[in-house]
Amino acid sequence: MTLEAPRTSTTQFDTDELVINMGPQHPSTHGVLRVVLKLDGERVIDADCVIGYIHRGIEKLSENRDWTQIILLTDRMDYVAAATNNLGYCQTVEKLMQIEVPRRARYLRTVLAELQRIASHCLWLGTHAMDIGAMTVLLYAFREREFVLDLFEEFCGARLTYNAMRIGGLPLDIPPGWDKKVLSFCELMEGKLNDYEMLLTNNRIWLKRTRDVGVIGAEEAIGLGLCGPPLRGSGVPRDLRKDEPYAAYDEMEFNVPLGTRGDTYDRYLIRMDEFRESIRIIRQAVEGLPEGPIMGKVPRLIKPPAGETYHAIESPKGELGYFIVSDGKSTNPYRFRVRPPSFCNLQGLKRLVTGHLVADVVALIGTIDIVLGEVDR
Amino acid sequence: MLETVVVPLLKIAVLLNAVLVAVTFLVLMERKVIAWAQSRLGPMRVGPYGILQAIADPIKLILKEDITPAKADKYVFTLAPIMSLVPALVVFAVVPFGPDPLYYVSDINVGLLFIISVTSIGVYGIILGGWASNSKYPLLASLRASAQLISYEIAVTMTLVSVILTTGTLSLVGIVEAQREGGLWFAFVQPVALMLVFIGGLAETNRAPFDLPEAETELTGGFHTEYSGMRFSLFFLAEYANMIVISAIVVIMFFGGWLAPFPNVPALAFLGFLPPWVWFIGKIFLFLYVFIWIRATLPRYRYDQLMGLGWKVLIPIAIGNLVVTGILKVAF
Amino acid sequence: MAEAIVFWTLAVLILGLGVMVISARSAVHSVLFLVVNFLLVAVLYVTLNAEFVAVIQVLVYAGGIVVLYLFVVMLVNLKKAPERYADPRRIAWTGTLLAGAVLAEVIAIVYASVSSDEAGAAGGGFGADTPFAECGAGPLVSCNTEQLGWVLYTSYLIPFELASMLLLVAMVGAIVLAKRHL
Repeated sequence: MTLEAPRTSTTQFDTDELVINMGPQHPSTHGVLRVVLKLDGERVIDADCVIGYIHRGIEKLSENRDWTQIILLTDRMDYVAAATNNLGYCQTVEKLMQIEVPRRARYLRTVLAELQRIASHCLWLGTHAMDIGAMTVLLYAFREREFVLDLFEEFCGARLTYNAMRIGGLPLDIPPGWDKKVLSFCELMEGKLNDYEMLLTNNRIWLKRTRDVGVIGAEEAIGLGLCGPPLRGSGVPRDLRKDEPYAAYDEMEFNVPLGTRGDTYDRYLIRMDEFRESIRIIRQAVEGLPEGPIMGKVPRLIKPPAGETYHAIESPKGELGYFIVSDGKSTNPYRFRVRPPSFCNLQGLKRLVTGHLVADVVALIGTIDIVLGEVDR
Repeated sequence: MLETVVVPLLKIAVLLNAVLVAVTFLVLMERKVIAWAQSRLGPMRVGPYGILQAIADPIKLILKEDITPAKADKYVFTLAPIMSLVPALVVFAVVPFGPDPLYYVSDINVGLLFIISVTSIGVYGIILGGWASNSKYPLLASLRASAQLISYEIAVTMTLVSVILTTGTLSLVGIVEAQREGGLWFAFVQPVALMLVFIGGLAETNRAPFDLPEAETELTGGFHTEYSGMRFSLFFLAEYANMIVISAIVVIMFFGGWLAPFPNVPALAFLGFLPPWVWFIGKIFLFLYVFIWIRATLPRYRYDQLMGLGWKVLIPIAIGNLVVTGILKVAF
Repeated sequence: MAEAIVFWTLAVLILGLGVMVISARSAVHSVLFLVVNFLLVAVLYVTLNAEFVAVIQVLVYAGGIVVLYLFVVMLVNLKKAPERYADPRRIAWTGTLLAGAVLAEVIAIVYASVSSDEAGAAGGGFGADTPFAECGAGPLVSCNTEQLGWVLYTSYLIPFELASMLLLVAMVGAIVLAKRHL
């Protein structure tokens, strides 16, 4: 029951450290993450992440699939943001083959990526709030996520693993009237965002649970290799949509919200702002949607020239990068490697939770917004 | 013989059954109200609008396998749910549902203290349940529970003292009678005390936002993680029975028990067309609704914040309220 | 007759549980027996028409103090027996001496209270000048609470306040001892 700790004569009270296995079956580890917590009372003195429970060998599998089949596999990494994974992969291959993507496809890809960001953030908000005990927000956020899934279903027929992009463009043009639906969803989402914020942003208990919890400075955040909202929460202005624009982001106007304190509340605020920025981008992209083809000039047999490339995009969780090596002879990649944002952000967990209470651990797992499918691949 | 043995026994039998049935329907009410708050429908399949869910749930729980963990302390593990439920039910012995002796089992002159002391026994069920499971999450939860209940009990008891100061009696019937004579519910006389008792009551019944001992997202269910079947449901029954008890205390102490609103205003005398017990139970359910509403709205406190709130906010306010009440009582 | 049966049953149970408290193997069981013991003592008070004392017994001892005992017992790993002292006989001697002293004290208190009861039996201990002349009419409507309050705040005011000061000092002292840096 209790672990035998070395007994020192200085401590008068014989209170042993308690080692707790949080997960892999635990309601708030967001999948099959296992955190081995060493507790002193309720205070965490050490944490150790154990991952690999959902490892499927996607990277190795990809080396035996042809280039189009890999899109299907990327769906299964960050399964709550499958379209973003597709986008990152397709763009990497396009970069390797130097394929020009038509403007309409780039615009639509932007819309899909931002819709995906909203869906992913909805899931994050719901589960994060649920972990901290506000269970109504979960149902609200999932309700709105459902609308995004409906839009995706209408676009590509699937609701979770979309396979929504192709190397060189998109498989399908949007169904008629789809753009109107997207715009009316934007309208609806703005109202619902105010609902969420009413429940949480100025809630005293929410503030108490998130303010000054898991504070991390800018330098340390960079040092730990954090990316995405956890990095921007510490005030580092790093957003690949701005820094290395892809798709149609260079033609969009949007802000990159930044935090000042680097605590859980800042990271919450940033993601809430990102909802609004996403809506703004979607509006611009849908309203300015150019006419034209949706597929670029792609050879029948995709066989990139020999070489290697790395390309990263800003997924809802952070910097999602693909490193691909092609030998130029076969129809599958020679080496395929993903830099998953969840995995890199998870590195920060130990640093974040040490010194906090057990209850903060679930808040902090929520704030780094991990998806285990992406961590383990 | 009839007066002293048969009638009280009958009353107790009726009361216990009524409370247990009320508890099962309270669970249904909670599921329904939270579902509505979350734009869902809640249980809809069993009976019209899912009303029979209240009967289906207990049947399911009774039929479930009753598992005792291999390394658990068997006696204490069995005893804990019982120790949790019994005090919650015993309390109803002194709760007056109406003015005549017909409406209560007994009116002892330390009624309020009786309620406080008996509810304070209820914590043993939680502590022992967590300890006897021989599992880490329940142990943490039971440590949380014991610290939480003791802290909030102090605040609640001290606040109730200030109400007792204004009435001069500990009898629950006497307290309601005092509100009838004063013509004013104590909610208007002692608003601070009302808030304190209600917040403390939330904490003592382990309800959100103070549901730390059973925080499923942190402690995977807390003290009843290892329990299943009927033993688990005894804990469940106890929690909901305690909610009814706290609501009853709040109603008796601050909302005039079975009295209609403003009992001394002749223009409102027509409100007396409802029998007193209907008023009483109606008010109780109003507060139960507030309990559920709060659960649907608020996030959960953290353990240290909860203790801080108890010791650094509620207890000082309770002492201040007591002092002010005492001064006013002497001055007027 | 009924009263005697109740009393003797309670007395036997209380003593039996007392023995269980010190003989139980597990510390938690021992604390549990203590709780039941306290509850039975409370019942004993009720049979003496002292319901206020009974309720306070439950509230303070069973509901408060023993919970803290449990807290400590659960926190500290008591799976292993505490280390023994080198000379068990010396401890046994001290224990016997202390037990004897306590026993003598209890006998003295009982003796003294019996004799003072005889002295103050007239008027139930309360003179006609106190507002309790007509108290004690029924079994469950005694003015026990009021009487206790009256006595505490008149005859025993100074000891009462001194006791509260003592408790306060003990509380502050405990905090100072427990907290390394204030």
